[in-house]
Amino acid sequence: MDFAFSDREELLRKSVREWAEQELPPRMEEMEETGEFPMDLMPAMGRMGFCGVITPKQYGGTEMGNLARILVLEELGTVCPAIPMAMQVHHMCTYALVTNGSEAQKEKYLPPLVKGETMGVVAVTDPSGGSDVAGMQTSAEKKGDTWILNGRKCFITNSHHSDIWVVIAKTGEGRKGLSAFIVEKDFPGAVLGRKEHKVGLRGANTGEMAFQDCEVPAENLLGEEGAGMGVALSDITNCGRPGMTAVGLGILNAVLKEAAKFANERTLYGKPIARLQSIQNHLAEIYQDRELARLAAYRVGWMLDQGMRVDTESALAKSFACEAAARSARKAIELHGSYGIMNEYAVQRLLRDAIVTIPAGGTAEIAKLVMSRAALAAAS
Amino acid sequence: MKIVVCLKPVPDPKDWGKLKLDPETKTLVRTGVGTVINPLDKHALEAALVLRDELGGSVLVVSMAPPDAGPVLKEALAMGADEAYLLSDRAFAGSDTLGTAHVLASAIEALGGSDVILCGDETIDGGTAQVSAQVAEFLGLPNLMHVSHIQAQAEGPFVVHSQVEQGHLVVEIAPPLVLSVVKELNTPRYVTMMDILDAEEKPLVTWDNEQVCAGESCVGLADSPTQMADLFAPPKKKQAEMLPGTPREQARELAGRLRRLGFC
Repeated sequence: MDFAFSDREELLRKSVREWAEQELPPRMEEMEETGEFPMDLMPAMGRMGFCGVITPKQYGGTEMGNLARILVLEELGTVCPAIPMAMQVHHMCTYALVTNGSEAQKEKYLPPLVKGETMGVVAVTDPSGGSDVAGMQTSAEKKGDTWILNGRKCFITNSHHSDIWVVIAKTGEGRKGLSAFIVEKDFPGAVLGRKEHKVGLRGANTGEMAFQDCEVPAENLLGEEGAGMGVALSDITNCGRPGMTAVGLGILNAVLKEAAKFANERTLYGKPIARLQSIQNHLAEIYQDRELARLAAYRVGWMLDQGMRVDTESALAKSFACEAAARSARKAIELHGSYGIMNEYAVQRLLRDAIVTIPAGGTAEIAKLVMSRAALAAAS
Repeated sequence: MKIVVCLKPVPDPKDWGKLKLDPETKTLVRTGVGTVINPLDKHALEAALVLRDELGGSVLVVSMAPPDAGPVLKEALAMGADEAYLLSDRAFAGSDTLGTAHVLASAIEALGGSDVILCGDETIDGGTAQVSAQVAEFLGLPNLMHVSHIQAQAEGPFVVHSQVEQGHLVVEIAPPLVLSVVKELNTPRYVTMMDILDAEEKPLVTWDNEQVCAGESCVGLADSPTQMADLFAPPKKKQAEMLPGTPREQARELAGRLRRLGFC
């Protein structure tokens, strides 16, 4: 078993880190205050190759793969977790198009997404709930050469910065009763709703989109009619959860760095608090969470690159990394004492960011449901 | 135009806190310390890439380093260099600046010479700022240091700005030449994912002494004219002194001391 990264992966990590450390910190205060994603960074991230990391070269991507994607998102998240949050959903849009799109759809929609000319969206969650995918109310009815969509999607990342939406809607009953569509922002009847104000990951835009007799051309059906459940679940499993794992991992890196730095600099009883055993316990637990999240994240990326199924592994990695990020951020705040709840210190933001990762890309409860199937299978 | 960049892998400045001195061998213990391109060498490489894009030609990178320095040279290829040469031989180990310059100059000659040789002004680990001038001397070429601006043309001399304490000199200097650069010259480009993939198709060649033809004299630890007598970390001393007087008097005294120490 080889746990070493290749020279390519090491250089990728280094180059992403250099870009992130230079370009993101000057933007973070504004992102935190306004809740807006800095759209002018998207073309730059396109040029760096981040937007097309899992997109085939023929559509402008680098096709570097899923482990490379984890590394990109992790490094971005170590500096500013809101950026990989938005980017990982952008990747979900490209993934849905690559795996389900017709050649014409790929040629039309992938290049602008890969160049960072716009952001991608995958809209699954209805106000009725995200976990009960089959119970969604948003519907699509075919009239001639047009699908007519009606309904509302909520908690959609990148909603207000995207021109290209992958939307799941009800076209029938039962498991085959959902279909996927590519909706352009300017299609008649496509409407943007409210922007949400989240407690964390504030720089990643989240909002509502509505469909009021929205006219979608028949050629914009993504995949087969009735295949929408598969489009949604494979996207969440193979792209969404690994992506959220990497966001959690980035937060864990940042938490560990802030906690270790403060422990070395803060002096009590005439010595740095890093020499106190209770503080060392906090640091050891944060380190443990970070290292285990790394193992889980990289394994999922590697398995995907080998063409292996990751249903259980991506649920495990996502739920562990995001819960660990929140747990560790809280420990880091305790380690900081009262400084930890002051705006000037990053750990309070990191806790808020970590909390937001927990329901994103599938709730912790759904992840446990997936893992429980593997656990029960162990009996046989 | 054929441009050669001399490049040195150095300990990552972010890891300097981890560097330790082995009291027995008098060498740096680099365990857990990352390696990066010497920061000023990156500026030299950026200048080389700009020159190539303006005037045509190719950029070759040469580096005298241990065999595991390949990833650093791959980064140089990813930045845009066309070829990279890792000069690695046990005979080179422990060379002082003269020995290093001799190896680099020999390699440049073995490559058929160069129109422009670019180096960083100094390295962040050794900090001697001697190698570029020594390379120029070995090759019999003019050398200009502290270069902060290069205006190049296909025919005729370059116009080069060289930083001095009170400003800069404007110098006309014709190739072939050796320039060593400061960070004010440019901003090195980012390495993109496409660059990383492109770099995998470019040649990264390892040369030993047989190919470099540096001979045996003045290379390696034993034949280097500079021999280190001792190397030690100075003991850390802390001393607190309470300044007497009113806050204004204390501030005046403190400012005076800082001024005398050269801080302002």
